[in-house]
Amino acid sequence: MSDATGPDKFDGPTPDNALRQANKTSGPMLAADGKPLKKSLSRALRRQKLRALMLIAPLLIFVLVSFIAPIADMLFRSVENQIVSDTMPRTTEVLGAWDGQDLPPEEAFEAAYYDLYIAAEQRIHTRLGSRLNYELTGASSLFRKSGRGLDDIGEVYQDQFEDLDENWDEPMPWIELMGDPDWLAEQQEWAADEEGRQPRFELREGIDEILPRSAAQYAIFADFTQRVEEDNLLEEEPWSAVHTALYQDLASGDVSSYSGPRADMLQAAAALVASPEFETVAFIDGFEEIDEDWIEPPIWRTIKLYSPNYTSGYFLNSIDMQLTPDGAEARPENEQIYMLLFKRTLFMSLVITLSCILLGYPVAYILSNLPMRTANLLMILVLLPFWTSLLVRTSAWKVMLQQQGVINDVLVWIGLVADEQRLTMINNQFGTIVAMTHILLPFMILPMYSVMSTIPPSYVRAAKSLGATNWTTFWRVYFPQSIPGIGAGSILVFILSIGYYITPEIVGGTTGTFISNRIAYHISSSLNWGLAAALGTILLAVVLLLYWAYDRIVGIDNVKLG
Amino acid sequence: MPDTGTSDAFVAFERVQKSYDGETLVVKDLNLNMPKGEFLTMLGPSGSGKTTCLMMLAGFETATHGEIKLDGVSINNIPPHKRGIGMVFQNYALFPHMTVAENLSFPLEVRKIGKSEREKKVMRALDMVEMGAFGGRRPAQLSGGQQQRIALARALVFEPELVLMDEPLGALDKQLREKMQFEITDLAHRLGITVVYVTHDQTEALTMSDRVAVFDDGRIQQLAPPDELYEAPQNSFVAQFIGENNTLEGVVKEISGGRCTVQLDGGEMIDAMPVNVSKVGERTRVSIRPERVEVNPELGEGAHTLKAKVKEFIYMGDIFRTRLSVAGNEDFVIKTRNRPDQVRLKPGEDVTIGWLPEDCRALDAQ
Ligand SMILES: Nc1ncnc2c1ncn2[C@@H]1O[C@H](COP(=O)(O)OP(=O)(O)OP(=O)(O)O)[C@@H](O)[C@H]1O
Ligand SMILES: [Mg+2]
Repeated sequence: MSDATGPDKFDGPTPDNALRQANKTSGPMLAADGKPLKKSLSRALRRQKLRALMLIAPLLIFVLVSFIAPIADMLFRSVENQIVSDTMPRTTEVLGAWDGQDLPPEEAFEAAYYDLYIAAEQRIHTRLGSRLNYELTGASSLFRKSGRGLDDIGEVYQDQFEDLDENWDEPMPWIELMGDPDWLAEQQEWAADEEGRQPRFELREGIDEILPRSAAQYAIFADFTQRVEEDNLLEEEPWSAVHTALYQDLASGDVSSYSGPRADMLQAAAALVASPEFETVAFIDGFEEIDEDWIEPPIWRTIKLYSPNYTSGYFLNSIDMQLTPDGAEARPENEQIYMLLFKRTLFMSLVITLSCILLGYPVAYILSNLPMRTANLLMILVLLPFWTSLLVRTSAWKVMLQQQGVINDVLVWIGLVADEQRLTMINNQFGTIVAMTHILLPFMILPMYSVMSTIPPSYVRAAKSLGATNWTTFWRVYFPQSIPGIGAGSILVFILSIGYYITPEIVGGTTGTFISNRIAYHISSSLNWGLAAALGTILLAVVLLLYWAYDRIVGIDNVKLG
Repeated sequence: MPDTGTSDAFVAFERVQKSYDGETLVVKDLNLNMPKGEFLTMLGPSGSGKTTCLMMLAGFETATHGEIKLDGVSINNIPPHKRGIGMVFQNYALFPHMTVAENLSFPLEVRKIGKSEREKKVMRALDMVEMGAFGGRRPAQLSGGQQQRIALARALVFEPELVLMDEPLGALDKQLREKMQFEITDLAHRLGITVVYVTHDQTEALTMSDRVAVFDDGRIQQLAPPDELYEAPQNSFVAQFIGENNTLEGVVKEISGGRCTVQLDGGEMIDAMPVNVSKVGERTRVSIRPERVEVNPELGEGAHTLKAKVKEFIYMGDIFRTRLSVAGNEDFVIKTRNRPDQVRLKPGEDVTIGWLPEDCRALDAQ
């Protein structure tokens, strides 16, 4: 390229020659200082770009915070599922080894007992119940019931230990048994005035070897009391799960060699547990007592299925499928709804877009051919619907279209329709299409008008002077140039209608609702945000896909919005 | 005015009037006859009704009154697409969504001409404007001059007998415009087509046309070949509008034998050709072209001399332009060729100027 740096080498200074020349040579063009031209150019442009970036920064931050972040959050919610493993960590671990047939082993019930006990104390078991209820009907009430019923299991042991020795129901003996002496001293010092932070409970050395379960449960209890309840640990007697753990430790281990604080009290308890009169409850029986459902496999399968931190369950639900131990499978016919809604949403959006094109095109055409003043005046009429609330407009359609409404009345009055056969035009697809076409029409007319008014009338005249009839002129010359307006309007209307919510809600009835109504339902009524997020994500994906398809077929540079 | 008989006129405007708003006449009583093969230019100030006339001829505007005839047939009620008139627009109006070749084949397609013949004709038309290699391009990928040629080719490809052009070269730079002027006239004469050409540019009008119609105020002020227009303007508007012109005002004192005597407002008496004056005592405006004035003249019999004072001397390369004060006119301009022996006048100098009575035309006082 070094042999052709100046235009004087070209045959002529026309842009065509320059183009041809540039195409002929390979390799980068060089600037005057010998550096690649592209590099020099990009350096020159960098400052401009930086300034542009600074100008859009406020908006960018705003959009990031108020738009991108919520969308990212929504995408995340659609797969997030930590609640199960967070609330029932032990249970999910035990269930990991379970084959999913029949009932899980006793350890699972044991783990579930401790998990749910804590969850119930923290009052988060109902949340898990609602979560699992999306997958298994009845889970919500089952968990609510269990929160109350679990105490029955522990109280069996608590009562027996208490009958043996009052001290088992007192705070201090437990603390002496479990707590680190140094910590206890600090705690007592704190208790004097209760100023500042409670010293965090520490287990006494060696106790977790002699009484592993009890120590662990007591530590959990202590942590909960200190941190969540913010009560003085020295004054709180432990809850019954600790007694249950104590029973288990004493039944399975040997404490005869123990000589630490409260050794005699512990040894007496061990003797009680060993005696034949000591009453025990198997965890499985305790659960059966609470609800028969606990000794049926489904609830356990569901917990196992949803124990991973991330799940495809919401997405499967969104497309009328469900997660089963054998993988994803279609839901029974009578439970399928979302695919129907998606298809209906797409179909009706298409119909609405199409009717907007058909109704809007002639209007935009006329407007663009009128003198400026008249066009602006009429444009106000087009925009008039925006001046009234969306709710009012939609309700007005209700008045117009209902069976005792204006249109039916007129039809009956003319005699086109018999009085007893009034048309149903509302609370169905027809009503939704009519009302939404009306509401979205301006979004079609505006871009069409803005494109059409830039088409010079000389094109039409040129075509006619070349011998084209009015129709040929329109179809071959005018229409192709108005396509960018149709494209822009269609994209606007289609995307607006695919996510439309208020109008279908009011006039849609059951057959005219959109997927967005379902999303709104899950957001505000059923509170299944994960499913709502998955549905929203799919909708977003569909829109992006259509956008992409549009770009491939028509070309996005063929869209003019202003 | 027009001396061509109506019988052999190819294009004829007969008493045509046009009003857009029903209050003012934009075109007032237009009469115009054009023989076949003529290159006629409509020239005039902005708003004088040139485009309106063209649009009426093309069929995009209807005449409020009068008749327009093409080849002896009234076309008032024929829609534009049936008139078969080629047209070149100021902005070219090439269809942006079609390639150059598609643009050219459009008029052939609507005439239902077969594909092979269509291609042949398109190719021929492209070659005619030397754009044969550009058939596959979009108009936006062409330079202004190239678009201009394509527009021309498109207007000619269906072989119309009449082509209308409304300021087709307005958007081009001076050099390209001169080149295109030549190409258009050359093509028109080669193909023998009749052309009505609208322009603002008087040089363009003078160099290209067989006849020029000078428009003003909705009327043709003069319709004549370029040389006649320049040398023998029929009224002061045309004299002022075409080329540079000096005027001296006065009163007619005597008319006899193709001459008249005018007493200028400063009292001097001069002889002139009576063009637009009819009786003694009438006010008149005498018009003299700057290049016909001589300084310190040695003109023959009947020549006039007047005293003048030099106001300004401008060196313009090929000519000298001198502004003088003559008989009360402070803007009297003379042009002298740059010759070795030509004297260069100095401001403030007193000189005598003179001209032949034939070069001095007594026109209406407006
Ligand atoms: N569509 C129209 N409606 C109303 N008045 C118009 C219209 N078109 C032109 N006129 C008026 O008619 C007069 C003549 O216009 P026309 O376009 O014929 O002028 P022109 O000689 O072509 O001027 P230019 O050299 O500026 O193109 C102008 O006063 C103009 O304002
Ligand atoms: Mg014009």
